[in-house]
Amino acid sequence: MTTGLLLERVTLRHGDGEDETVALDDVSLHVEPGEIVAVVGPSGAGKSSLLAVAGGLTVPDAGRVVVDGVDLAGPERVRARIRRTRIGYVFQSNNLLPALTAVDQVRLPLTFGRIENPRDPVELLAEVGMEHKSGRRPHQLSGGERQRVGVARALVTRPGVLLVDEPTSALDRRRSHEVLALLAQETHEHHMATVVVTHDHDVLRHCDRVFEMIDGRLTEERPAMA
Amino acid sequence: MFLTLRELAFARGRFALMGAVVALIAVLMVLLSGLSVGLVNDGVSGLQKLPVTSLAFERGVPTDSAFSRSVVDSAAVARWAERDGVTDAAPLGNTLVNAKSDRGTEIDLALFGVQPGSFVDPDPAQGARLGSAPHEIVVSATAIDAGLRLGDTVTLDRIGTELTVVGVLDGQHTFGHVDVGYVPLRTWQEIRAGAGPGDPVPAHAYDEITAVALRTAPGTDLAAGDEAAGTASMTLEESFGASPGYTAETATLGMIQVFLYAISALVVGAFFTVLVIQRKPEIAVLRAMGAATGYVLRDSLLQSAVLLVVSTVVGVAAGVAAGAGLSATPMPFALDLGAVGVAALLLVALGMVGAAVAVLRVTRVDPLTALGGNR
Ligand SMILES: Nc1ncnc2c1ncn2[C@@H]1O[C@H](COP(=O)(O)OP(=O)(O)OP(=O)(O)O)[C@@H](O)[C@H]1O
Ligand SMILES: [Mg+2]
Repeated sequence: MTTGLLLERVTLRHGDGEDETVALDDVSLHVEPGEIVAVVGPSGAGKSSLLAVAGGLTVPDAGRVVVDGVDLAGPERVRARIRRTRIGYVFQSNNLLPALTAVDQVRLPLTFGRIENPRDPVELLAEVGMEHKSGRRPHQLSGGERQRVGVARALVTRPGVLLVDEPTSALDRRRSHEVLALLAQETHEHHMATVVVTHDHDVLRHCDRVFEMIDGRLTEERPAMA
Repeated sequence: MFLTLRELAFARGRFALMGAVVALIAVLMVLLSGLSVGLVNDGVSGLQKLPVTSLAFERGVPTDSAFSRSVVDSAAVARWAERDGVTDAAPLGNTLVNAKSDRGTEIDLALFGVQPGSFVDPDPAQGARLGSAPHEIVVSATAIDAGLRLGDTVTLDRIGTELTVVGVLDGQHTFGHVDVGYVPLRTWQEIRAGAGPGDPVPAHAYDEITAVALRTAPGTDLAAGDEAAGTASMTLEESFGASPGYTAETATLGMIQVFLYAISALVVGAFFTVLVIQRKPEIAVLRAMGAATGYVLRDSLLQSAVLLVVSTVVGVAAGVAAGAGLSATPMPFALDLGAVGVAALLLVALGMVGAAVAVLRVTRVDPLTALGGNR
């Protein structure tokens, strides 16, 4: 059984006929547990498509996606359960629910169904440095604070795979730094396979490996720590 | 539950506004229900309280004017009485008159002419039954509210016949919005013929009645009885349609109520449609995080249930309070808690249907949109 995240010869097309775009062109990627990788590339290269496929939000036209040893080919109902129990997403800041306080944002994924051995939402919020603002709603938080709440929300179910989309687009350099350091630390401590999609080259030094995506093709760039 | 309650609290302004609309619809619904029960009472309570199962009218008169036009030969009573299954048959006369009491109260009366001692001769709550004296009248309790007293003399307009109030019935007995007064059949026949005191009465007047009042065993062959007696019988319920204005009133109110239910379902449906469209990004996030469709549906349906139940209860309470005030006025208004309960349930149920249709949209929200860039 493969652990972590495995994409094998994945192809994803959008539209058809004249309009057809190949968003992912024969992409293979294996992220080990405890490893954080970055995916960079120009706009429209297929980075979000990669996360969508890895997270079981779309089924690729060809190829195989395996999360924690579980194949993601299956009906939406089954994929939803895998998303709920094994995958953590960090979306953009405006993807917090406006009605919920910070601590309730973190509790929310635990209300969707049974989760084995979840992390404690209050402790988790303290870990991301947000314990003093746990009663605030998203509109009362800064961009960086929202991002940290989003990270805590993604971690509460102890996912095996963590997918992070443009985490730093709304943040200044110091905040970006903090969020990435947090992601790297959580990845190593809790043995997750983490993929961070970004435009931001500052992010790369926190990552174990860096991939570049151009026109739907994924290539490994260079070891990031160098 | 977790998300539902927090969203309700967070968007309480919006939900309160919508709740106020539903509550006002519920108030209107209670008032309409009271009005229709009141109108039914005013129209036909005098008939509802007759101990009869069917009435046999003249053959060929239109249903909606059977009481005013029907003339049946009193010989039909005997023919009906000998039929199998007919336990009782008695003559019944019906005429609307205007009258004035000796203390100056002007009152309209629906005179029911009955044979004293027959099964349709009522037993009053106060005073005495109709006796052998000719010019007696037993009136509905509502006539007392209108200003009559036991012992009053009532003089009919135009012909000048004088009637003495000898008995008062229990509760409301009205027919076509007019208080019922029972008089001896012979007196009714004279009044019907237009014969005042001292006027000659045409001989045939004493052979004419409006209908034969019947009490029959279940399953009695009424068609055969009609054949034998030369009449056209209606069940008591069918005869309600012959009360003046009854069919038109109930149809109008019924239609208004149907519209009210439809409006409320549409309004609630429209509200939740807008709400779901507005919450689409949030719903996409919920689904991307793996919340099952059922979770998202339950969340929205529970919100609509809370909204509908709370505002219907508030609205019904306000409507009942307003109705209590109206009952004291001369408006035909009577609250029937059963009818209000059914209407409230219907309001909630149809509101839920409207909400459910709207909320089904959440199943079409693509979780993929949650991953997109800036919205
Ligand atoms: N739903 C869709 N229908 C048709 N084409 C699509 C759809 N989604 C994406 N595409 C196309 O697929 C390609 C890859 O899109 P994707 O969103 O993965 O790019 P990206 O690398 O995330 O870009 P960005 O950095 O701007 O977010 C693009 O050419 C885009 O136009
Ligand atoms: Mg993208």
